[in-house]
Amino acid sequence: MINYIWVGMFVIGLVYAAFTGNMEAVNKAIFQYAEEGVTLCLGLIFVLVFWLGIMKIAEVAGLLNKLAGLFKPILKKLFPEVPEDHPAMGYILSNTVANFFGLGNAATPMGIKAMEQLKKLNHDRPEASRSMITLLALNTSSLTLIPTTVIAIRMQYGSENPTEIVGTTLLATTITTIAAVLIDRFFYYRRKRKAAKK
Amino acid sequence: MALISSVSIWMIPLIIGIVLLYGTWKRVPTYETFVDGGKEGFQMAVSIIPYLVGMLVSIGVFRASGAMDALIDLIKPFLSAVGIPAEIIPQALIRPLSGNGALGMMTDLFKTKGPDSYIGRLASTLQGATDTTLYIVTVYFGAIGIRKIGDSLKVGFLADFVGIIGAIVVVKLVFG
Repeated sequence: MINYIWVGMFVIGLVYAAFTGNMEAVNKAIFQYAEEGVTLCLGLIFVLVFWLGIMKIAEVAGLLNKLAGLFKPILKKLFPEVPEDHPAMGYILSNTVANFFGLGNAATPMGIKAMEQLKKLNHDRPEASRSMITLLALNTSSLTLIPTTVIAIRMQYGSENPTEIVGTTLLATTITTIAAVLIDRFFYYRRKRKAAKK
Repeated sequence: MALISSVSIWMIPLIIGIVLLYGTWKRVPTYETFVDGGKEGFQMAVSIIPYLVGMLVSIGVFRASGAMDALIDLIKPFLSAVGIPAEIIPQALIRPLSGNGALGMMTDLFKTKGPDSYIGRLASTLQGATDTTLYIVTVYFGAIGIRKIGDSLKVGFLADFVGIIGAIVVVKLVFG
């Protein structure tokens, strides 16, 4: 899918430029944006180094595990089919906490481990179980406390107050997460009703 | 709304303070641990270079050709009727499909409109409001061999849609 979008933007742009005589601007844009991509990532280094350094301390000190405890009562309600002491619950908790602190790279392996355990709970069937869809919904809505990368890029472009969007992001991501949970429940009950009719 | 602004200012210093004090209390070798984590951050920043270069050039060609503005002009009348800024639409459309694509779109808006403009703030909020549904479904279910994905994509995309609307409303209320 993403391949088509990527090529699509190129091809539409090139064809459009051919007809409107913007080819010179396109030529310039190719090299300018390529350079921009590299400069931008180099500019992200300082924030990512600092933030992941701080977060490593939180992890080693056991702070992330402690926070996982806070999330537990809520997640138990969201995953009624997962037994409380099952390893799946542990991975779901780690995945949620890692997402919450913007540690996407740490969240993904935890999420995959959680999915493996959920598949075992579902007798290894190659179909998505209720709990899997819920975990997916939680991940796609990504409850994030600090949007590190966004703040860093805002700095790169000379924002007066790069962190001013933390509050709005937190509010928006909370809305998305609540919506994701409700939508997930709606589809679950719809599936159940359909199954009951049969 | 002043509350949301102060949350924004206090959040990061507060987290850093708590982490450092808690780490010291738990006798963690704080500095060495920081350096370990920092190395991961360095690798992360470097590893996204090819993704962002690829995406930015594609977006750059699309914009410089005039095609993006033509698209925005086309949809503008419909969206301004309901109070949605048309400039945000390319980023909103690509957000559930590719995280780096959306990051490129956001960067492009910072470049052309400025990060502190209304659009710039909206683009920032939108980026953090949802995550890349398609990527997550592909990676998570691909890794464990799920072939029947059921309602997964529907749930994810609907939540993304609510997130986009949510970001627009929140930014309008706070910064509008």
